[in-house]
Amino acid sequence: MVNLFAMFLLTLLIITAVAIVRTKDLFVAVMLTGIFSLLMSANFFILDAADVALTEAAIGAGITTVLLLGALALTAERERPVSAPRWLPLVVVAITAVVMIYATFDKPRLGDPLAPVHQHVAPWYLEMTPVLIGIPNVVTAILGSFRGYDTLGELIVIFTACIGVLFLLGVPRGEGHQPPGNGAAPPDVALSHHLIPRVVGRLIFPFIVLFGLYVQFHGEFGPGGGFQGGAIIAAGIVLYTLLEGENSSFSAVPRWTLVAMAAGGAILYGAVGIAGMVMGGNFLNYSVLSNDPVLGQQMGILIIEAGVGITVCGALLTIFHVINAREHC
Amino acid sequence: MELFGLYHYWTFAVLLMIGFYAVIAKSNLVKKLIGLYIFQSAVFLLYITMDKVDGGTAPIIQDGVTGQVFSNPIPQVLILTAIVVGISTTALGLAIVIRIKEAYGTIEEHEVREMDHRVA
Repeated sequence: MVNLFAMFLLTLLIITAVAIVRTKDLFVAVMLTGIFSLLMSANFFILDAADVALTEAAIGAGITTVLLLGALALTAERERPVSAPRWLPLVVVAITAVVMIYATFDKPRLGDPLAPVHQHVAPWYLEMTPVLIGIPNVVTAILGSFRGYDTLGELIVIFTACIGVLFLLGVPRGEGHQPPGNGAAPPDVALSHHLIPRVVGRLIFPFIVLFGLYVQFHGEFGPGGGFQGGAIIAAGIVLYTLLEGENSSFSAVPRWTLVAMAAGGAILYGAVGIAGMVMGGNFLNYSVLSNDPVLGQQMGILIIEAGVGITVCGALLTIFHVINAREHC
Repeated sequence: MELFGLYHYWTFAVLLMIGFYAVIAKSNLVKKLIGLYIFQSAVFLLYITMDKVDGGTAPIIQDGVTGQVFSNPIPQVLILTAIVVGISTTALGLAIVIRIKEAYGTIEEHEVREMDHRVA
């Protein structure tokens, strides 16, 4: 039954992807991208990847759609037709798809416990996590501790992308600046004149942030962690900005705070690593943070997850605001 | 049953190529980025497909429950971070597209190329 449902979802994914590529209306394409992400998230959940499903739902279906819409408002709503039909790309992708499908016949079938990928280091992680780290969620244990270097690297990539967007689109002019001719009415009243989004949005906004904090700090015990928590809180603040306008959003969370958050989270992460070195261990070895190595690991993971959440939230919101502020220039 | 075991991989191949088609055949730059997004989602699907173990559950260890089978946590960790990095790179791409729109007044690749040729 679950298998049939999974096949149904996968088929829907393909149909959605074809529709995204075929449509000439970019707005429709972006909306379908949101649906695509949600379907992908459901697939991840069926495949036992609860953490990944949560991330995809928060980021793919939430933030990506908002960023793409922000970009559409600045560029074009429709795709221009191309005169000549392009057969060559179609032939190339068809042949490649056939070759790849042929290659899949050598793959281990889905769920095979003897597949090579399950033989290497994964059993060790599953066995040693309760002993060395003492937290239930193995994904968080690997993310935060066993492979802490990777996660620090990813965090710096996110921070770099944020800096890149700032360089490309520039820091928007100061809060006091208003485009001429608008008089008293600020240009960014956003959705506040729509009754239903305003009432429902204001009602659910605190719960979104609360849920984000729960996901952030419950990540050691259940699906969640810094990446998901940061993204959910960012999505909540994006909703608030859409409802109340840029200015009231900036009075709640000033612009410099967001950039400071994007940098500060990564610095916090690195600081935990250096604290470990100062206390006589290796970089990002949390065991030395406390007399009890297991407690030290848990403390380390809690702090670096907070760092991850702060950076993700700050970077995503900075990118959102920079793209959004461009519209009013 | 044997057929179902490979259906995820086939979906991966088809999605990857749909995304790739959008990247190479579409002229609109936003559409290219959406194609890239589909492409990377397909890669995520491939990795997550490999983590599944028959009868397994999400790798969250519960006290007092023994004999549980867990799915492989490593692909999950890789893809979890990759999703967030993916959105960051997509945002960077969108920023470049916005700058192209401001410089050329269009986001169609063939029009941008024509303008470049006219100048050269």
